[in-house]
Amino acid sequence: MSGEPLTDDSRFRYVLRLGDLSLILGQRLGEWVGHSPALEEDLGLANIALDLIGQARMLLSYAGELEGKGRSEDDLAFLREHREYSNAVLVEQPNGDFGQTIVRQVLVDAFQVELYQRLRNSADEHLGAIAGKALKETQYHLRFSSGWLVRLGDGTEFSHQRVQTALDSLWLYTVELFAPDPLDRQMAQCAVAPALEDVEKAWSARIEALLAEATLKRPAQRPYAWFGKRGEHSEHLGYMLAEMQFMQRTHPGARW
Amino acid sequence: MTDSKDWPLYEVFIRARGGLDHKHVGSLHATDARMAIEHARDLYTRRQEGVSIWVVLSTQIVASDPADADAMFEPARDKVYRHPTFYDIPDEVKTL
Repeated sequence: MSGEPLTDDSRFRYVLRLGDLSLILGQRLGEWVGHSPALEEDLGLANIALDLIGQARMLLSYAGELEGKGRSEDDLAFLREHREYSNAVLVEQPNGDFGQTIVRQVLVDAFQVELYQRLRNSADEHLGAIAGKALKETQYHLRFSSGWLVRLGDGTEFSHQRVQTALDSLWLYTVELFAPDPLDRQMAQCAVAPALEDVEKAWSARIEALLAEATLKRPAQRPYAWFGKRGEHSEHLGYMLAEMQFMQRTHPGARW
Repeated sequence: MTDSKDWPLYEVFIRARGGLDHKHVGSLHATDARMAIEHARDLYTRRQEGVSIWVVLSTQIVASDPADADAMFEPARDKVYRHPTFYDIPDEVKTL
C-alpha cells in the first residue's frame, strides 16, 4: 500500500477530484436560478453556486498545471467525458424539492468545511492556499444550508416529512465521501491531504448535532455501490454534462 | 405552501466600514432574524458594500404620520436662526 512516490500525476488526479466536486455541485445549484421559492433564496443559492464554480476554477487550473499537458480550466471542465469526472455521486443527484437541495448541500458543505480546514496545512502549499480561501466561503455555505435544515426539519409536520425523506434518500451517497481509495491513502501518507477517517469523524459529529437540532433521524447506512471518484456515475451526470458542455462543444474555444 | 409574500418584512442597515453609521439600504422578506441577516448578506453585501449588518422587523419601526407633517415639520421652516450660519468663524479654525 505504502511507498508510492508522490508524483505530479497523482496530485493532478487528487486536485481534479476536489475540483470536480465543487464544479458539479455548483452546476447543480445553478439550476435553481429563477426557480427558487423566493427571490432572496434565488440570490442566496446563486451566490453559493458561484462560490463553488470559483473554487472549481482555482482547483482545475491548478490541476491543469500539475498535469502539464497544457489543459486549461475550461478544457478540464467542459471537454472531458462522463467517466473522466471524479466527483462523488452525491453532488450530481437532482435538486428535487428545495428540502432535498438543502439536505444535499448540508452534507457536502459539512464535508468541505472539515476537509478544507485540514487541507490548509497541506504539504502542497498551493493547494493549502486554495483551501484557505475556499474555507471561508464554505463556512458561510454551511451556515446558510444548516439554517434551512433546522428551519425545515423543526418546522411544520409537512416540511419535516419532506426533509426527512430527502435525508433518507441521500444519506446512502455519503459513504463515498469517506471511503478512501489508493489515491486518498497516498495523499494522506504524503501529508498532501488529511486522512478521510479523521474528516469523517468530525463530519459525523457535526451532522449528528445538526440533525438533533433539526429533529431529524439519522438514517441507517446501506450497502453502497457507486464510486464517482472511480468514474462510476449515476445516470444523472450524463444529462448534466450534455447541458454544461453544449456551448464549448458547439463553439469550441468560445470565451466571453 | 406559504408564499414569501407571507414572510415578514425586515429593514436592512449596512455599515460600509468601521467608524461609519449603519445606513438604511432596503428591505427583504425572511422567516426569522437569522435568515434576514443571511439574506441581507447575500442581497446587499455581495459587492463588498459592508462590514456590519443590522436587520429590524419593519413592523417594529415606529414612524411619524405623514398626515402630521404640517405640524411636525412646517414650524422649523422659518427658524433660520437655528442654523449656525450667523457666527463668524475665526480663520484659525480649520476643520469646523
